[in-house]
Amino acid sequence: MNSVKIEDLRKKYGNVNALDGLNIQVDSGSVFGFLGPNGAGKTTTLRILAGLAQADSGSIFFGSENTSKSGTDQKARLGYLPEEPAFYGWMSPREYLDYVGKIFKLEAKERQLRVDQLLEKSGLKEAAKRRIAGFSRGMRQRLGIAQALMNHPSLLLLDEPVSALDPAGRKEVLEMIEGLSSECTVIMSSHILADVERVCDTVGIINKGKLITQAKKQDLLDRYAIPALEITTSNGSASLMPEWKLRLEKLPAITGVTVEGYRFHLAVKDVHTSQQEVMQDALHHNVTFEKLEVVKPSLEDIFMQLTGSLK
Amino acid sequence: MNFITAFNKEFLEQRRTRKFLIALVVLVLFGMTSPLMAKMTPQIMTMVPGGEAFVGMIPEPTINDAVAQYIKNIIQFGVLLALVFTMGSITIEKDKGTAAMILSKPMPRGSFLLAKFTSLALTFIIAVVIAGVAAYYYTYFLFGQMNILNWITLNGLIVLYILVYIAITLLYSTLTRTQYVAIGLSFGTLIFLGILGSLPGFGINLPDALISNASLLMSGYPVTNWTGLWVSLGIIVVSITTAWLVFRKQEL
Ligand SMILES: Nc1ncnc2c1ncn2[C@@H]1O[C@H](COP(=O)(O)OP(=O)(O)OP(=O)(O)O)[C@@H](O)[C@H]1O
Ligand SMILES: [Mg+2]
Repeated sequence: MNSVKIEDLRKKYGNVNALDGLNIQVDSGSVFGFLGPNGAGKTTTLRILAGLAQADSGSIFFGSENTSKSGTDQKARLGYLPEEPAFYGWMSPREYLDYVGKIFKLEAKERQLRVDQLLEKSGLKEAAKRRIAGFSRGMRQRLGIAQALMNHPSLLLLDEPVSALDPAGRKEVLEMIEGLSSECTVIMSSHILADVERVCDTVGIINKGKLITQAKKQDLLDRYAIPALEITTSNGSASLMPEWKLRLEKLPAITGVTVEGYRFHLAVKDVHTSQQEVMQDALHHNVTFEKLEVVKPSLEDIFMQLTGSLK
Repeated sequence: MNFITAFNKEFLEQRRTRKFLIALVVLVLFGMTSPLMAKMTPQIMTMVPGGEAFVGMIPEPTINDAVAQYIKNIIQFGVLLALVFTMGSITIEKDKGTAAMILSKPMPRGSFLLAKFTSLALTFIIAVVIAGVAAYYYTYFLFGQMNILNWITLNGLIVLYILVYIAITLLYSTLTRTQYVAIGLSFGTLIFLGILGSLPGFGINLPDALISNASLLMSGYPVTNWTGLWVSLGIIVVSITTAWLVFRKQEL
């Protein structure tokens, strides 16, 4: 298995600092969740790890080897799923996987077995002989995951692996990733924090090409154990909700508000004060609610707080 | 060997996307019809209104006319197809991201590139060989015997000429972002070499000399200056090497 250490990685595109001295340590056998807002540098980092782009400076160590020395050797142990996997439209999934198997120098028999296995695993068995050109985005993503697993990689890089999948597919793939942690190190980037919260044991949050924090998921949740309030409003207040959201955001003890249907999720500085402020405001403006409860923070709250998406 | 793997994929791609078939049909059709067209030229002239007046001035077509017609057609359409087939070979793979998928695996970039060149080369070799056989048959039928060894050499030189433009276009396809810029540059090079070749005494050093040498051979003259052949081989090697050196460092 492979641990990955990234030291002071820098990468410029024109005058954009895509990576600005990134440091990350991914332990062997862990499932590392790579988080950050759009343009933070996640894809750039994964592309550099996959050998598709070169960093301007900095170093990467796989295990104890510096990558500058190993080329094809390292690639033989790598699995990579890009953000938008692309295939030869004239091929069928079976042909593509077979081609990938040949690149990894699998013997004919072993290759066929592995291809069948992956088609099954990715739910593409029915479509195995169809042309990839007609595939939906979700099907492409499934095939992308299958090809990344062909060589039983010891390091798997997944750039938003579940972004195109339907809820059932997402669940399947996440379970698969969870199951892989015994075989290989996984680095996966995602915007869907609930997914990361579910499968990753370690989380790294980056913004503007720099690591903001990296920790075991549980430590992170404990460390930033700022509780949150969750309010379920009653139907009658529906028309008042947008205004109320604006007012809630201005309250001093509240750091962030997200709305989902009739539910308000408030990140707060302090439970007591915020509770009082919210109730007072509701009273003054005739907002009624069905439920107000104190909840544990989610990764989303921490993420929003750390990446400065909040006030 | 990864080269073989990549080569098989490329050649399969050319068959599936019908590039192979198109090259074959076009070149073989021109191969077959070239002697026919040479033979028919006087008759065709009589069909053109007012053309009768010229009939007496057109000499009886000879084997050399058939060969000239063949060279002209195969070169024109062979090179055109070569440019069109090659222009997107790298740009499209980079743009779509298919290259990134494959090259993050243990597939050396040199093998990837060389497989593109050799598979296109094979397509045109097969197409020219069959076109050559067809043309030989029809020429024999309409005009009489040709020297087989010279005919084989002529077709070899035609293939080499086409390979020069495949290599050049492959280089442009590596250097540029879109296939249209790549084919534009290739046409530019074609025209530039044409102008250079028209400088007195200089043409013998260029790929175009392959064609003039081929005609000389067929008309029974000895060819003494083969500089154009070495220059052509040089252009192929330099183009592919440069493409590889650039492609090795490119971000995908
Ligand atoms: N090939 C490129 N050319 C120019 N700029 C680039 C290139 N690749 C990345 N960038 C820039 O680098 C920065 C980081 O991009 P990157 O794709 O790594 O972000 P990301 O974290 O993956 O974002 P997202 O969540 O949207 O996928 C962005 O500002 C982006 O515009
Ligand atoms: Mg990205």
